[in-house]
Amino acid sequence: MTKKLEDLFKEELNVINIGLESFAENLKDEGYNAVQVDWKPAAGGDKEMAGLLDEIENISDKIEAANEKAVEKIQKSEPIVIDVQTAKDALPDFSDKMILHAAPPEKWEDMSGPMQGAAIGACIYEGWAENEKEARKMLDDGQVTFDAAHHHNAVGPMTGIVSPSMPVWVVENKTYGNKAFTTLNEGLGKVLRFGANGPDVIKKLKWMEKSLAPALREALSKTDGINLKNITSQALHMGDEVHNRNKAATALFIREITPFLLETNYTNKEIKEIIKFMAGNEHFYLNLSMPASKATMDAAHGIEYSTVLTAMARNGVRFGIRISGLGDRWFVGEAQIVDGLYFPGYTEEDACPDLGDSTISETAAVGGFAMAAAPAIVGFVGGTVADSIRFTKDMYEITVDENDNFTIPPLNFRGTPTGIDLLKIIETGILPAINTGIAHKEPGIGQIGAGLVDPPEECFKSAIRAFAQKYIK
Amino acid sequence: MAKKALVKEGTYFDSVSLMSISKDIKALDGINEATIVMGTDANKEILKNANLLLPEAEAAKPNDLVIVIDGQKEVLDKTIDETNQMLADKKASSDEEKEYSPGSLDGALDLQPDSNLVIISVPGEYAAREAKKALKRGLHVMLFSDNVPVENEIELKKMAAEKNLLLMGPDCGTAIVNGAPLAFANVVSRGPVGIVAASGTGAQAVSSLVDRQGVGLTQVIGTGGRDLKSRVKGIEMIKDMKALENDEETEIIVLVSKPPAKEVSKKIMDEVKKLKKPVIVNFLGGDSAVVKGTDAIWADTLEDAALKAAAFIKGEDEVSSASLKDEEIAEIAEKETKKMASSQKYLRGLYTGGTLCSEAVILLTEENEDVYSNTSLKDEFALKEDLKSIKNTVIDLGEDEFTKGKPHPMIEPSLRNERMAEETEDKEVAVILLDVVLGYGSHMDPAGEAAKAIKEAKTKAADRGAYLSVIASVCGTEKDPQNLHVQEEKLREVGAKVLPTNVQAVRVVNKILSDLN
Repeated sequence: MTKKLEDLFKEELNVINIGLESFAENLKDEGYNAVQVDWKPAAGGDKEMAGLLDEIENISDKIEAANEKAVEKIQKSEPIVIDVQTAKDALPDFSDKMILHAAPPEKWEDMSGPMQGAAIGACIYEGWAENEKEARKMLDDGQVTFDAAHHHNAVGPMTGIVSPSMPVWVVENKTYGNKAFTTLNEGLGKVLRFGANGPDVIKKLKWMEKSLAPALREALSKTDGINLKNITSQALHMGDEVHNRNKAATALFIREITPFLLETNYTNKEIKEIIKFMAGNEHFYLNLSMPASKATMDAAHGIEYSTVLTAMARNGVRFGIRISGLGDRWFVGEAQIVDGLYFPGYTEEDACPDLGDSTISETAAVGGFAMAAAPAIVGFVGGTVADSIRFTKDMYEITVDENDNFTIPPLNFRGTPTGIDLLKIIETGILPAINTGIAHKEPGIGQIGAGLVDPPEECFKSAIRAFAQKYIK
Repeated sequence: MAKKALVKEGTYFDSVSLMSISKDIKALDGINEATIVMGTDANKEILKNANLLLPEAEAAKPNDLVIVIDGQKEVLDKTIDETNQMLADKKASSDEEKEYSPGSLDGALDLQPDSNLVIISVPGEYAAREAKKALKRGLHVMLFSDNVPVENEIELKKMAAEKNLLLMGPDCGTAIVNGAPLAFANVVSRGPVGIVAASGTGAQAVSSLVDRQGVGLTQVIGTGGRDLKSRVKGIEMIKDMKALENDEETEIIVLVSKPPAKEVSKKIMDEVKKLKKPVIVNFLGGDSAVVKGTDAIWADTLEDAALKAAAFIKGEDEVSSASLKDEEIAEIAEKETKKMASSQKYLRGLYTGGTLCSEAVILLTEENEDVYSNTSLKDEFALKEDLKSIKNTVIDLGEDEFTKGKPHPMIEPSLRNERMAEETEDKEVAVILLDVVLGYGSHMDPAGEAAKAIKEAKTKAADRGAYLSVIASVCGTEKDPQNLHVQEEKLREVGAKVLPTNVQAVRVVNKILSDLN
């Protein structure tokens, strides 16, 4: 039954005030309920964007239905790690002499310093080149094909380099059957993902390939798969947001895998070494949380009319996003410098612009979006717990729903903001919150800090233009 | 003198905060002009006209904050720092220990899912969009913003009518819904009188006078000033009076507006005929003939409308008027007139409330030939471009020509004080007539502000052997945050004659003017 106007006169008045704050304050003084909106002009006063939003509003019913469908898929996805395989066997369309990197796709000559460094390392690791000089030459000559890992159902942190012989986690979305892949995390310091490519780096990668991966593979074969969604949910209650803090999740994973490692034919000494390696790397779980997010978001991709972001990724030069209803195109803008805390001896001058596929976490409702769950790392977001809570609360404004599984204790177990909506980003001018590590701009040096970064507005603007072009006749 | 500009990207402040900071900066030593605005096209135009559109400011986007300072070169940097500090303090004071403020309507709905009304006071160019969103979500809207195109108004009002929602405004300054004072509104008791008004101070005057008669209000619904013009066709007023007809609490309905367009007037009265509840019609300055053939009761003035409504509720036949007797008016006038010098003969009315000003012009014009005004409907009595007073002049200081880039004088009465000082220079001025409007939204001490200027003006006149008469009325109630009684006393303390209503004040002025001739 439709309401009559006069019904209002019998209701308790609950006001939303957009504009002059004193109007809300006056109402509160008189004992009425009023919520003040911290208003900014739609699309930051950008008339073109506001106009597009108005046009798109005409098909809002279809968009809402599509976004609900996308979010339903995110909610129902059940990512499980089932295996460790070699990249060339596991990843679709992965040919020899191919190197994958963090999206969006970039040519060798345009790549950021760390990414070039990591690609050189990969050439040496694969045995295609003896040393840096040789590697550089073959890369300059175009003897190696590059592609974004995302195009092969894979994601990688920082430079995101995947070469054919590297072992990868195989994560299956049990609900929808799709798979996602990520290499095993090497630890901190001088590592390939930050562009380091010295002999120690290669040696460690070889150990991972020859010793770590087979052991984990054998252990996993004795399980029914380990449910990553469960580990992430628990870790959020233990102070992780599984992008920049993976301490609890790593411990939980070790707890899950250890009994099965002990069932393998490896010696105690070998198993000890493996457990020590995992336990000594606080970010070991990052490379499980990322393919879990990727497997989740791929399920939500490709829904007509949906404006939900299914990927955000940066390659140190450009920042790219994908939209569920806009196919496989990347909408890009310039990668920004991270505003963060630097390790002693480094400054912003040394930093490579924003880098890595790890922002798949935020599209999947964790990472920066779950910042309020991770008080231990509030240093990245302004320094206080209140900042981290505000950080997450802002994200509710640009998302479709709240997560059914990932909940945040300090917010009374409210679900994390889920399903980033392109339209809401443009409307409110609130950009997705990303907290991330910072790589040195020169190859081989590694991580020099961590902090906050804004995606460039331009990628959202070009996505909205494309959306209007596709769906508004 | 030199100029300096600073643009702060993506920093939003509401215009009222910015104006108050601008004012404080302008008051600093060595500063000629200080403008702090958002970088919208309209604001850039204002800067350009003031010769303050420096290149940095020109490049600013609507979401950027623009600071332009004009002053002595050596203090510019310091002043910019100080401005930054004030802005930071403002932000800090609003951030302090406050609950989370959502950034959008949807965010607010998440926080308060049972919201039912949205007040929108953002700049006009953005307002319609927000209003449409609110209507789509089934929320009633009070659109305080002005400068909303009439096409948008019609679209919004049609949409609201379809959904049985209020769309008060645009440019709706006053409403009281379920007892809650919205925007500029007085604190009144609840009771059986319902008002639908096309003007803000009209609604304030009638509602506070009804309250002062010991009768309360159900609802005071504003329609915005254009509702009864030929383009909008009274969509809102018709819908709202029907709602009051259906509302069990409302026993009498009062309609307040300037005279509607002819065909709209007929449409409204046709609808009035269908109502079973008694209706009082006050089309201020209009023809009482419109109520012919209906059961509606005509009211000449805002005061008349309020008193008739109160009398009906109290079951009194006679309107026990707050009106003074002719003799009382004559006595007050005589006391004032006899102290005046022979050169003094004219009135200067300085109003902050638009409808109160219109009411005064109408009543003055009935008895005086030459009443000039910036709101005059007749060209011959319109003020010239310089807005200088001519003979008997009554000014609405809330009109656009006075408020461009400045706060409304109900918020910031200092504009009137400047004008009063100017008028006092004119030896021919005999009487200053003014209003003081109380309630939420208004300045916290408008009478106190006016009293400063009155005191100076009276002293100045006395210094040259003249006597300046100041006749005032206060629109408000004892329950208002400023308190009616306290405010009236502040005016009396500096020698102003305070009448209970605007109509009574004008009667005194009419008598003074006729005595002087």
